[in-house]
Amino acid sequence: MTNASEPNDGALLSVRNLEKQFPTSSGTVRALSDVSFDVRRGCILGIVGESGSGKTTAGRCILRLIEPSGGEAIFDGVDLFKLSEKELRAYRRRLQIIFQDPYSSLNPRMRVGDIIGEAIDTHRLARGAAREERIAQLLGRVGLRPEHARRYPHEFSGGQRQRIGIARALAVEPELIIADEPVSALDVSVQAQVLNLMQELQQQLGLTMVFISHDLSVVEYLCDDIVVLYLGRIMEMGPAQEVYANPRHPYTQVLLSAVPVADPRAKRDRIILKGDIPSPLNPPSGCVFRTRCPYAVQACAEIVPPREDVSRDHSVACIRQAELAGQREFENQENLL
Amino acid sequence: MAVTSSPAIAGRPGLVSLVFQRKSLLIGLVVLGAITVFAVLAPLIAPYAPNRLSVVNRLQPPSGRWWFGTDEFGRDIFSRTIYAGQLSLLVGAAATLLAAAIGITLGLVAGFFRKADGIVARIIDAMMAFPDILLAISLVAALGPSLATVIVALGIVYAPRLARIVRASTLIIRELPYIEAARALGVPTWRIMLRHVLRNLVSPILVQATFIFAYAMLAEASLSFLGVGVSPEVPTWGTMIAAGRQYVGSADWMTLFPGIAIVLAVLSLQLVGDGLRDLLDPRLRKDL
Repeated sequence: MTNASEPNDGALLSVRNLEKQFPTSSGTVRALSDVSFDVRRGCILGIVGESGSGKTTAGRCILRLIEPSGGEAIFDGVDLFKLSEKELRAYRRRLQIIFQDPYSSLNPRMRVGDIIGEAIDTHRLARGAAREERIAQLLGRVGLRPEHARRYPHEFSGGQRQRIGIARALAVEPELIIADEPVSALDVSVQAQVLNLMQELQQQLGLTMVFISHDLSVVEYLCDDIVVLYLGRIMEMGPAQEVYANPRHPYTQVLLSAVPVADPRAKRDRIILKGDIPSPLNPPSGCVFRTRCPYAVQACAEIVPPREDVSRDHSVACIRQAELAGQREFENQENLL
Repeated sequence: MAVTSSPAIAGRPGLVSLVFQRKSLLIGLVVLGAITVFAVLAPLIAPYAPNRLSVVNRLQPPSGRWWFGTDEFGRDIFSRTIYAGQLSLLVGAAATLLAAAIGITLGLVAGFFRKADGIVARIIDAMMAFPDILLAISLVAALGPSLATVIVALGIVYAPRLARIVRASTLIIRELPYIEAARALGVPTWRIMLRHVLRNLVSPILVQATFIFAYAMLAEASLSFLGVGVSPEVPTWGTMIAAGRQYVGSADWMTLFPGIAIVLAVLSLQLVGDGLRDLLDPRLRKDL
C-alpha cells in the first residue's frame, strides 16, 4: 500500500481521491473526502470506522451502486467511474458485493435457486442442466445442500441466508468482493462460521476482498491491510499487523483500546472518547477528529493534516503523530525504569 | 427466525385450507363463482331468449313461469338478468385489466425513475381528485358511447388507484438491498422492475384489482342507468334498472332483481378482496 497518486501495480483496485457529497435540504453532506487506497490482488483490505464514517458509502461508490461525486477507481487498469452504464455491465461480473442484512438482501418471493440462477443467467454462464449443477455446486461450496435451491429465503436462518448471499456473489466468479459488514447482523456464534467460510473461500478461490466492518477484532483476524475512516476521511492505513501493533493516529488508538480483551485480569488503559461523531453537514475545520482528540492543539483546527508515511506502507494523517510517538516512547522508558 | 430444516414447508397449511379458514372469503368466492357460472352458462340456463318479446305477458309479476317476472315488453327478467351478468362481468373484468395495465406501468415508472415521478405523480393526483363517475361520463361523452368506450373510460378512471399503490410500494422496494444486489449483478433495469419489484407487489395489486372490479361494475351500472353507457336495448344490470325506473311503483321486480344481482356481485367481490388481503398479508402468513 503506497501513497503515490499513481495506481499501484500490485493492486487489483486503486481508489484515488474518492469524493461523495449528498445534497440535502439542510446543506451538503460530505460523506467521503479524498479517500485513496489500494486493494492488493489476493488480499483482504479492511475498512473500519464507526457508524457514519462513510465506510459503506465507499463500498457502494466503488460498485457504482451510488454515483461517486469525484475521484477514480482503477480496477485492473480501467477507471470504473468513467464507464457508461452499458460498459459497466461487463465489469459487474468481476466485482460483487455481500450485504450486511441477510434478510432484506434476498428477494422473499424468489426461490434460492432462482436467486443464484439470476446471477448465472444475467451473464449467460450456464444453461439447462449445467445451470442446475452449478447452483448445486455453489450451494455446496457455501455449506448448504443442493435441495435448498427449491426453498424460499424465509425458510432459512440468518447465517444460512448470508451463505446464500455469498453463493449469489460467487456465482459470477468475481475477482473482487466487497463485503459490507457481512457478519454484524448475525449471532456471535454464527459470525465465526461465516467468517471462516469467507476466509476459506478467499484462499481457495484467490479472491481479493474489501471487508467493511466496525468490529476491529474481526478485521484483525481476517485482513491483510486496514484503512481507518473517520467522518469520510482516512485517518490511518497500513498493513493490519503493523497498525494493530503500532497505531499512530490518536483515533486508531482509541478504537483499538475499545476492543475487548479476552483476559479479565488484563490491565488496560481504555481511552474513552467524549461526545459523538460530528455532523458531516458541518465537519470541524482542519483535522475532523480534533473535536474529540485528547491531543488536539490549536494547529489541528487550522490545517487538514496531510498523509505522512511512518514506514513503507503505513501512513497517518495527524500533524502531531511524530511528536506523540516520541512522547509515548519516553513514557514507556520511564515506566520501565 | 431459526428455521433449520424442512418442517417449515411441510407444516405450512395449503392454500385451500387457508381459504376454508376464512369464512368471508369463502362466501365471497362461492357467490362470485355462482354469478360467473350463471353468466357464462346463460344460454343453457335461461328459460327464454333475453330479447324475446311477448306483449301479452308484459309486466307479469314473479311466478312459476317467470321466476323474476317480465318487463314492459314481456321479456323474461330472469333470463335478462343472467344474460346481463355476462356483460357486467365482461365490462368489470376488461376495465380492471385495462386499469391494471395502465396503473402498474405508470406506478412502476413513477416509483422507479425519480425524474418521471414528479410528472406522473401529479397526473395521478389530479385524476384522483375527479369524482369517478364524473370523469367516466366526460370520457364517454368525449369518445362516444359504446361498450368499448365504457371499458376504456372505466379503465382510465380506475388506473390511478393502482398506480398509486404500485408507486408507493415501488418507492420502498427500490431501496432494499436485494435490488442493489440485482444491480450489482448487472441485471437489466426492466428485469429488476418485473422480477424483483412487480413480483413483490402481486398481493396488493390483486387485492386492489378485486375492489376495482367491483367499482367498475357499479360504475358501468351507473353509466347505463344514466344513459351514457351501453345502448339501452342491450341487457346489463344498469340498463335493466334504468328501464324499470318508470315502473318502480307498479312493477318493482323490474328493478329489484337486477339490483340484487349488482349487490351480490359487488358484495362478493368486496368479500373476496378483504379475504385476499388478509390471506396475503405477510404479517399473518409470515412469508416475507
